[in-house]
Order: sequence, then structure tokens, then C-alpha cells
Amino acid sequence: MTSPRSKNGREDFAEILRLVRPGARVLDVGCEDGELLDLLTREKRVDGQGLEISPAGVSACLAKGLAVVQGDGDRDLDHFPTRAFDYAILSKTLQQMREPRHVLSELLRIADQAIVSVPNFGHWRMRVSLMARGRMPETRALPDPWWSTPNIHLCTLRDFTDLARELDLQVDACAALSGGKPARPIRPDGLLENWRSETALFLLSRRAEDRPSAVPTNLFGEVALDQPNPPPGPRRKPRNTRR
Amino acid sequence: MDVGAETTAAGETPGRGAPGGDTGGGVWRFAASVGLRLDSGARLSPLEIAYKTYGRLNETKTNAILVCHALTGDQHAASVNPATGRPGWWNSVIGQGLPLDPDRYFIIATNVVGGCMGSTGPASTNPKTGQPYGLAFPVITIGDMVRAQAMLIEALGIDTLFAVVGGSMGGMQVLQWTADYPEKLFSAVCVAAAPRHSAQNIAFHEVGRQAIMADPDWRGGAYESQGVRPEKGLAVARMAAHITYLSEPALQRKFGRELQRDGLSWGFDADFQVESYLRHQGTSFVDRFDANSYLYITRALDYFDLAGQRGGVLAEAFQKARGVRFCVLSFSSDWLYPTAESRDIVRALNAAGCRASFAEIETDKGHDAFFLDEPQFDRALRGFFASAAQARGL
Repeated sequence: MTSPRSKNGREDFAEILRLVRPGARVLDVGCEDGELLDLLTREKRVDGQGLEISPAGVSACLAKGLAVVQGDGDRDLDHFPTRAFDYAILSKTLQQMREPRHVLSELLRIADQAIVSVPNFGHWRMRVSLMARGRMPETRALPDPWWSTPNIHLCTLRDFTDLARELDLQVDACAALSGGKPARPIRPDGLLENWRSETALFLLSRRAEDRPSAVPTNLFGEVALDQPNPPPGPRRKPRNTRR
Repeated sequence: MDVGAETTAAGETPGRGAPGGDTGGGVWRFAASVGLRLDSGARLSPLEIAYKTYGRLNETKTNAILVCHALTGDQHAASVNPATGRPGWWNSVIGQGLPLDPDRYFIIATNVVGGCMGSTGPASTNPKTGQPYGLAFPVITIGDMVRAQAMLIEALGIDTLFAVVGGSMGGMQVLQWTADYPEKLFSAVCVAAAPRHSAQNIAFHEVGRQAIMADPDWRGGAYESQGVRPEKGLAVARMAAHITYLSEPALQRKFGRELQRDGLSWGFDADFQVESYLRHQGTSFVDRFDANSYLYITRALDYFDLAGQRGGVLAEAFQKARGVRFCVLSFSSDWLYPTAESRDIVRALNAAGCRASFAEIETDKGHDAFFLDEPQFDRALRGFFASAAQARGL
């Protein structure tokens, strides 16, 4: 989780700060040096918990007095109890996960709402760069060359909304973030937005009828520890999302 | 609990290398009517707990920290150990300007029950015989150690500890505290520990115990009354155990295949520096440690299984500890209690809905890294205690 969000993710933070309810329980997956959690703790008095893979990031979080667990978002989400948080935040990290679909589903098991931001590979800069140069785009949102990028599962705005629909998630809010400009509310399935939005930020929730019980059901013992990836819940048949 | 008790030697003069501020402590003698209820069902009385304190208890009694020691540690955590003349075992953590600063906190370190540095243990006098207990001493557990500490804390007039902190066996005591007395804790720091003793842990301890018991001077545990000591057996036990506290790369870096002198002896002298080092570890250990205590404390460790006490579900142990701020730290090269064990603790804490921090400290120094000056370890402790102190209003 070495996303470059602290370099160019300020607009992302401001929008997250706006969305989060004061005093909420928040899990920040891939919290890096804890900048966002620290901000949320100070400005919104949240009860925050971070998950971060890098030792330097964990050290920095501890130094800030944040509760942080050194771990891997791909593997360690399974161990959090159901609906333990009000929000699970995944800021520009989903595309670095080995199993984005599973992670997204887990975020909304652990928390009532997920705040997820993803760089939009459908942005015009990407398309133009690929068209004109015939090479993997290197833009300000995704500046790394293909051979060193941590981003292994890039998607477009449309791809993401398709996945959310497939997982039967509800988009409670969606905003486009571009180059430090203030967040702009958008319709996530707008065709034009897929060209215009450099980064998209989603506030997602499970539909009420799909919500798991708040009672922690995965108090695990020795046996469960041997199965780091328990089978995911029943998956819905993908709906026809083309229109 | 009724702790009619008295203490001796309170307010000892600070020793050389004392961490500054006030140093106190002594031996707390619990009234004969009190005694310690043991997990085995036995009762231990009379009970004495040796302890040291550093710093001053504030008026609201909110700044007390209990420091729990490892297998062969003692209450001399941050002051010169009178038995060895050496500095305290946690001088890198406790002291002015260090993460546990006696100018800010009231730090209490005890010798565990079963120990040999002043607390009641197998070398203490058995009231029934007037002789040292030896093997008549009841088998004790980590839970018993913690129960005795809780009695002392209460006797000292402290309701809630700001923190309980310890490494290795000390970390296991920390976990036991959070399971048994969560309402008496504000925070808990568990370093280089595990929620249970693994088969490998038990196996190494069994080698040590067999070495002691194979020494003809052990005399079925009654060596003290016969004027001998199983020094050879205890030294071998220590040598074997000491290897588990280090790491392969650290041993290699420190000693490699370096020889003591030029050339081989073509015999069984300590040709290699690593042999000489281990022999020194063994012989210096017997001067400060009691063989029977070693048997009893290693047994207590082997019996430790926090989940096993709760139907195999570790998270159950932390169900009542949601109000405790946890910090779990492990060392990357620790193969005695590897990081995976600390992760098990953290996952159980998460499952129980506890507020937990966890970091794996990168080091090649093995299990004993928690005694050493490790910058990342220092930073983690500082950060955690600073924020906990702020939350506690200290």
C-alpha cells in the first residue's frame, strides 16, 4: 500500500473529511503515515483504527498516537468482526489489491459504509496518452512506469460502478476529484464523467436487506486461523449492466 | 480482597545507575490469613512479593505502570541488581527521557511468585517443615503470578494501572492481566510474546529441565538443605535456552566461526568464540538464579494457553477488555515467539472489538531484541505511551 495519495491526495482527504460523521468508528485500510486518520481524529473526533503494511508507516502512526495494526488489506480484513465500524476507508488503494472484489465486499461487511477512491483509467488523459503514444499512460494521477507501478488492478469509473452493482452495493454519494480542484458531485454512471473524472470517490453501503447482523459472528478460534480466506458469502449473479 | 500486610525496606536508597527520581520498594509480606489461591487448587501462604518502584504515584493514583519480567528477570528493572552488580534489565526503556519516564510515571516492577529474588518461591522456607520448599512448592501458572501482582497493586492502594507492560513471559502476564483484570487497566503493552506455549517452546524448556534434573547435585530438588547446587545442569539449561533468545544472523555476525586462540585444540575445549560465549552465559547464570525456580517458571510458561482456558477461542479472553488500549509488538527475527503469534493476538483483539495497535520491529537480533536499544521499538513505545498518557490526562 504505497499509494501516492499523500503527495497528490489532498482533495481526496478533504472530501472524506466532509463525508465522515463526527464521533464515528473508522477503519482506514492502507493508512500509510496516518495523515488522514490524524485529521479525522482531530477534526471529527473519530474512533480511528488504521491498517498499514509498511513498517515506516506503522511507526509514524504510533508516533502520532493512532491505533494502527501492521497488516495487509488483502489478507487481514477477514479477521475484523462484522459491522465493527461505521466507515471503512480505502483511499486510492483498491487498484493495488490482489483481490479488489473480495476487499470491497469485506469493507462492507466490516463497516456500514465504505469510502473508496479509485483513479479512473477512463480519464481522457489516459485515453489520449494511450492513443497518441501507444504506451501505458503515465499521468499525474498514475505517474509510475508499467514496470514499477504498484497498481495491478486499474479500472475505469464504469468498471467500478459495474462491480459495485454486481456486489449489490448502493452508491450513496460519488464525487470526481481532479488535480487539486474541489470535489465535484457526479452521477457515477454518467458517460461524460468517465472521461472527465481523474479520480472518483464513492460512499458505498449495503442495501438494508443485505446488511449482516451487527453481532460479531466471526469470533474465531484456532481452527479459523488456519483458514486465512474463509469462503466469501453467497455471490449474486451478475446483473446485466450494459445499457 | 483483604490484604492485611506490611512491607520492609521501603524507600531503599537508590542504587548506582538508578533512573533518577525516587526509587522504592522492598518485600511485601501478606498476612498469613490472606495467602494466594493458585490455579492448581492449592493455596500459597505465607506469601511475599519483592518489588521495586521508580518515580512517584500522583495524587489521583492514575500514573502507575506495572512492568512484568521475563523468565529469568526480576524486580530490578531499572536499577542496579544487587545480586549481579549489573544495571537493570530494562534500562533501555525505563529512565529519565526514556519511554517509561519515572519523572512522569510511578513504575512498579515485581519478582514473580515462584521466583528467586525475594518473592515466595521453591527456595523459600516451607512453613510445614522449616526447610526450603524444593519440590513441595506448588506448581504455579502465569495466572497465579498475575493474581499475586494484583494483590500487591491493591495493597499499594492503586485501583487502576495506567499500563501493564512486559516482554516475553512478561508479555504473557500482560495478556493474562487483560483477561483477568481488564477493569483495572487503562492500557496494555505486550512485547515479543505469544498467546500460548507452542510445542517447540515446551520442547526447549523440557531440555532445560532435564539438564537440571540430570545433575546429581539436584538431589530430587532438595539440594539446598544438602548444601549443594545443580550448577552444571542449570548452566546447560541456560546455554540451550540462550540460543533461542538470539538469531542465526546475529550469532553469525557476532561470532561467525571465529576461534578463541590461534588454531584448533583438537579436543573439546571451547575452541570457537560462540562456545566460550555460551559457557559464560551458563556459568554466570547459576550465580544469580535458582534451579528449582527455573523448573517452576518454565512449567508455568508451558502451561500458558490463554485460548485453551476458553474453549480454544482466543478472542474470548479479550471480551471484557474493550476499554483497554492495546499495543502488541513483535520482532522480525524472533523465532522463539515469532511474529505470527503476535498476529494471532492482534486478530483476536480485532475480533473482540478491542482497540489495538500492532507493529513488527525489523531487527536481526532475535527474541532478546526487546532488551536492546532498537530505535523502531523505542519510537513505537514512545508514540503509544505519549498518546495513552494524553488520553489519561497525564
